[in-house]
Amino acid sequence: MTMHLAQMNVGHLRAPTDSPELADFMAGLEPINALAESSPGFVWRLKGGDDPQDTVQHDYGDHLLINFSVWESRETLWDFAYRTVHLEFLRRRREWFLRMAEPYTVMWWIPAGYVPTLEEGMERLALLRGEGPTPAAFTFKDFHEAPGPAGDLHDAPEPAGGRR
Amino acid sequence: MVAILQDPVRRAVYEYVAAQGREVGRGEVAEAVGAQRTLAAFHLDRLVEAGLLEAGFRRLTDRTGPGSGRPAKVYRRAAGEWQVSVPARDYRTLALVLAEVVELLGGDERAEEAARRAGTRLAEPGEDLAGLLRRRGYEPYEEEGRLRLRNCPFHVLAGEHPMLVCSMNLALCQGMLEGSGEEGVTARMDPRPGECCVAFF
Repeated sequence: MTMHLAQMNVGHLRAPTDSPELADFMAGLEPINALAESSPGFVWRLKGGDDPQDTVQHDYGDHLLINFSVWESRETLWDFAYRTVHLEFLRRRREWFLRMAEPYTVMWWIPAGYVPTLEEGMERLALLRGEGPTPAAFTFKDFHEAPGPAGDLHDAPEPAGGRR
Repeated sequence: MVAILQDPVRRAVYEYVAAQGREVGRGEVAEAVGAQRTLAAFHLDRLVEAGLLEAGFRRLTDRTGPGSGRPAKVYRRAAGEWQVSVPARDYRTLALVLAEVVELLGGDERAEEAARRAGTRLAEPGEDLAGLLRRRGYEPYEEEGRLRLRNCPFHVLAGEHPMLVCSMNLALCQGMLEGSGEEGVTARMDPRPGECCVAFF
């Protein structure tokens, strides 16, 4: 079975999205999202709406910005995150986001074609925060390769979302 | 590993292949270093055996089908890295530990400031920036009026702590630019897969 890499990251914004402090960040959303969508290995991202500046709506607290996407491999996600102009965005993260003491980014493998849900993403992040990196929830730094073709998936939790 | 690159022709062969950033054929290398094709091929294959280059086969012309000839052997720099230090020194392990500490302490802004100061000290006023970058191992080359950097001297560290190390590297490059006194140029993030994250515009 072909496996894809799901990644979610959360950030606490320093100010409301319509404030002058966030202007550069909001202006960058459209080109950065367009770049992600046209990058090699991009599969899917959770959109907040039809407007390019719409952010993901959720009930996990005010000022929490959620980024959620699926990629074909570690390498394609890495190249987008750190080897494109997205890196300059990351470099300026302190201007827009509060420093976080706990992990704010999580990855896990999903079967190709499966569309993960936001609830599932938050569960994986909680798992990473609670138990540290495991094959079910990990990071670039403590990476886990995709499970092998046979048998290895039987222990994985039943996915909470639907098929595309 | 040191002995492998001792022969001046072989060293020129290696440096030529490394500087192209793409696959090159035997004929091109021979011409570039001014050696016979068979001698260039010999050195290329020795460099592959030593793990410094990687070889593959590719058609060098657009022609296909019968009569287009068999694919040519092509070479590019191997992805692995080699360090030589006598007596043994291990700065990498300590650098990785220190990078982790900076991240745990949330000290990345201070690290960038320190990198900028260090960069300033690396450059002599009036010094040629490209020459300085070449000596520091960045392998600069020009493209569309920009000075780009083919090699990341901090590759392993950048792989473990990309945000910290790439931000520090940008600050280091800004410091070198400042120290050299070169004007009308800025160092900016402009990463590409397989290259350094900084370019000079």
